[in-house]
Amino acid sequence: MILIPAFNEEGAIATVIGELRQRHPELPILVVDDCSADGTRTVALEAGADVISVPYHLGLGGCVQAGYRLAFDLGFQYVIRLDGDGQHDPAYVGLIRDTLRTSGAQMVIGSRYVNGDGKHTSVARGIGIVFFRWFLALILRKEVHDPTSGFVGVNREALEVFARSFPLEYPEIEALVVLQRLTFRFEEVPVKMRARMAGVSTITAVRSFYYVLHVLLGVLVNILKYQGSKRRI
Amino acid sequence: MDRLLSIIAGVSLLLIAVVLLNIRRAHIRVEYSVSWLGAAVSMLALSQSPWLLTQLGHLIGVNNQPIALLLVVGALFLIVFFRFSVIISELKDANIALTQKVAILEYQINALHEKPQAPSRK
Repeated sequence: MILIPAFNEEGAIATVIGELRQRHPELPILVVDDCSADGTRTVALEAGADVISVPYHLGLGGCVQAGYRLAFDLGFQYVIRLDGDGQHDPAYVGLIRDTLRTSGAQMVIGSRYVNGDGKHTSVARGIGIVFFRWFLALILRKEVHDPTSGFVGVNREALEVFARSFPLEYPEIEALVVLQRLTFRFEEVPVKMRARMAGVSTITAVRSFYYVLHVLLGVLVNILKYQGSKRRI
Repeated sequence: MDRLLSIIAGVSLLLIAVVLLNIRRAHIRVEYSVSWLGAAVSMLALSQSPWLLTQLGHLIGVNNQPIALLLVVGALFLIVFFRFSVIISELKDANIALTQKVAILEYQINALHEKPQAPSRK
């Protein structure tokens, strides 16, 4: 299943769904509309996707988790998430799905920095990526080239975990730490990101400082989180 | 000192009255008023009992009674705020789960009306 969290993406969502349907007509597409103020829901439905609409704005994490919950309930084995703004090229969906199937990893990340060119990243986000790459290498003992990428695929094991519990804001980095605590594996595959087709990024320079603090705290909490009498690290 | 104790006693009585009034008007649920009432009664007891305040001051190593009183009042409010942070967090989690459930159920109901089958499992 393809999962697209969307908030005010009426300008790009139809193109993204159209590209996906053209390349992967066999894959069901689920758009989770995060209470958009524009016509995202209508446009997505007209483009041929299934749409669930949350009654109030949950933020990215809550929105993605709603999709994971439905996918898990429906019995899907693999879910590939991409953004509704067109930055994530559907041409790489096949690569992520195949890597999920063959590698045995519970999560596959589409990374713009593994053989990619890293274009279409703001300066603030670029600095954040470098910092978190270093930070996560300490915690995960494995390099993550693109820790903030939202172009990710998960298998059913990870889906079960994320359907139960998923970080609410800026979930990508915390999700990696959650997987590491469960001794799950992740792989990165090279992708090229495109410029967003419409809308503006939620991570602006002003919010970057809050982003870093929030993610650091979230990672710390996940490291310390007690999970019953037996830790699985 | 006496003036401070009187002010604290007055604030405590006012807090008790406000909380009881809000319980009566159903603006606060009884279970969430307990923390406020507990804090207010503690403040009132401390302000009206110099002996208790002295003992508490010795316990926390502060011989100055007004400072000891203010420290205890501050600590009481921190405890109340912390308790409500926990409650708010629990409510937010429950709210998110309910919101997601509503959205999923709405989707499934619409799918039942519009399509004979749910998406195939790939």
